[in-house]
Parts: sequence; C-alpha cells; structure tokens
Amino acid sequence: MKTLITSTTSTPEGPFDKRFGRAAWFCVLDEKTGESTFIKNENAEGQSGIGTKTAEKVVELGVGKVISGDFGPKAKKLLDKFGVQMVIINEDLKVIDIINRIKG
Amino acid sequence: MPLKIAVASGKGGTGKTTVSVNLQYFISKSLTDEVLLVDCDVEEPNDRIFFPDSKTTSTLEVTHAIPEIDRNKCLFCRKCVDYCEFNAIVVIPPAHFAEINASLCHSCGACSVACREGAIREKPHPLGKITTVNTGIGEGIVEGRLEVGSAMQTLMIKELKKNVSKHHRDADSDEIILFDAPPGTSCPVVETIADVDYVILVAEPTPFGLNDMTLMVELLVEMGKPFGVVINKAGLGNKEIYSFLKEQEIELLGEIPFNKEYAGKYAEGKLLQNIDPHARRCYSDIVTSIERRLLQDEGINYFKW
Repeated sequence: MKTLITSTTSTPEGPFDKRFGRAAWFCVLDEKTGESTFIKNENAEGQSGIGTKTAEKVVELGVGKVISGDFGPKAKKLLDKFGVQMVIINEDLKVIDIINRIKG
Repeated sequence: MPLKIAVASGKGGTGKTTVSVNLQYFISKSLTDEVLLVDCDVEEPNDRIFFPDSKTTSTLEVTHAIPEIDRNKCLFCRKCVDYCEFNAIVVIPPAHFAEINASLCHSCGACSVACREGAIREKPHPLGKITTVNTGIGEGIVEGRLEVGSAMQTLMIKELKKNVSKHHRDADSDEIILFDAPPGTSCPVVETIADVDYVILVAEPTPFGLNDMTLMVELLVEMGKPFGVVINKAGLGNKEIYSFLKEQEIELLGEIPFNKEYAGKYAEGKLLQNIDPHARRCYSDIVTSIERRLLQDEGINYFKW
C-alpha cells in the first residue's frame, strides 16, 4: 500500500508539514518496497478548494493512507468516499521519523 | 438617475447600521421622502429591526445555477476542471468519478462552456431572499438575506442590487438610495460600492478603527470613489484618526459622541424612538455636510429646492 506524508521540504530529513492541502511537498511511501518519492504540491498557493484538489490528487495516486496534521471537511468527505485512511499527527516530527515508525 | 450613497466602514461594529438607519430618517425629514435603504449586509441584515411596526410587502426567493455532471456522458477529460477558477470540480479519471462541490461553485458558467459532451447541466440552488419592507420612513427598506451556509455573499449582493435598480431606474428621479454595506474591505464590500456616487465611511477613533479605516480609504482611492468620514463613538480611544484625516485632507462629515445610553437604545432596537436633541443635531449636521458635498461635486441636479 502507498502512504502519503505531507512534508515541508523535498527530503526525508525535513520537517513534516501539518497542513494537508497547503503542504509544500508530498512524500509517497511505498510500504511494499520501502521506497519514498517526493512530489511538489502545485496547488499549495491556490485561492480556494485546495483541500478537495489535494484529496483528488491522493486518490489519483492510488494512495491508501494519508498522514498529516489535520484535514478540512471537504477533503475529509472526499477521502472518506474513496476509503482513504486519514492519520493525524500533532507532534513536530521529521518525515523520516514517520517513515521509520511505519516501517517499525 | 437616483443618487446612490453607500455607508461602509472597514472595521465591523463602528456604526454602519446606526448611521444608515438614522440617515434615512433624517434625509426623509429634511431633504426628500424618496429615500430607500438597502441592507447589503446579507449575512446578517438587521436594519429592519429598528422599525418594529414595519410590514413586509414582498419576498423574492433568489436562486443561482449550480452545474451537475452526468457521469454517463462524462469522458473524464478534466477540461471543466481546468476551466474552474474556484477548484469546485473534482474529476478522478481512474475512478470514473466526477462531481461539483456546490459550496465552492461561483455559478460562473465556465464549466458548461468547457464541456463539449453536454455532460454538465445547471440546476437552480437557493441563494437567499430579497425582502421589501414598508417601514413608514421614506421608501422603506429592501433587504438581502443570504441562505444559511452559503458563501456567495457577493452574488447575493449583486442580485439585490439588480432587484433594486429594476424598481428604481427612473432617470428623472431625485430619489436617494442608501446602501448599508457589510463590514470589511473584501469582494462583498467592493460589490456594494462599485456603482455608488458617494461613500460615507463610518469610523471609530480607536487604533483598530484607524487601521481598518485606512484600508478602506486605500480601497476607495483605488476605486476612485468620492467619500467622507463620520466618526462614531467620538471621545473613545485617541486623537490619531483626526490627524490622519487632516493629513490626508479627508472631509469629516460629522461626529457622533460615545454615549452609553445611546448604545443601550441601539441594543433595544429603539434608535429612532425619542431621539435626543443632541443626536438629532449630529445627524442634521451630517445630512447638511453630505448635501453640501454633493452640491459641490455634482451641481444642483440632484435636489429640487
């Protein structure tokens, strides 16, 4: 399964981004292979509907689980509709810390 | 053409409604009885509260068109998504999913133009109500009230203004239309003042009041609107607002002193009952200032003597 982690930078050493739609980068972790890739969030600076837009992207990427600081109501509704699991983390962590937690 | 005046503020709670309601009253008593008050604060219109004996003369339900996607016709090409400025459309091709989020849609119609497959059809959604009220003062009130939960204030104000100009477009009239604007300096305010002849800014002499009034002044200068300032709650805060007005050569139309009793009357909805002589004098002065200012700006076309 693929897991998406919102990130402030394009490296695993950078801090995790607690914003979902407006996160600067997305780290997509393939739990099978353990590989992670970073995708720039092109909608981060958009005017409105960013949560929905990002949720759309998540579904398109075939991601099954999203880890972020919070999810807005519209994003939540869409992610729910497609059975994407939402995980909320409130700690200040690096992306790598979260990856390591997943890998156990 | 009717003369259009907006009452705006920047900061909320400075007294737009107080000034609007009183201005209509005093204009009807001293200038012309053909004075209409339009409540453009569509999220919480409250002008009519001050007229306990008012009667609703008509109510109009307003709708706006929200498109819907027919998934049987949709090719999931995402062209409508590209056209949508407001990110209101979600299309996920692999999932054969296409949906329009009504709360983000601004009813601009672009997606209907984008779709060549005829998969998008527009359906009316409730936007709000326009109510005409006979208050016994001037031509009464026309009020716009946005549907609860809707974020389309600007569209509602547009519909309200359209309705008002449909009924008040007599080219020869010396009618005055007062627009009570919503607070702030964003789109709904811009829409309210876009085609008015004059703006009355209601400000309070506090640091917040000055900051927000400055934002509003910048907006009005950019829009090229003539305006003057009424200072409400005079005596509170500090004197900085006066230096600002002097520095910028902005006309001070009048002042309404801060008075707890007066605030109490507002809270009870009794603004226009037993108006004390002091308030009476303040508003008469403001009406005179506005009248003088308009005569300077526009010549004598507006008023019959």
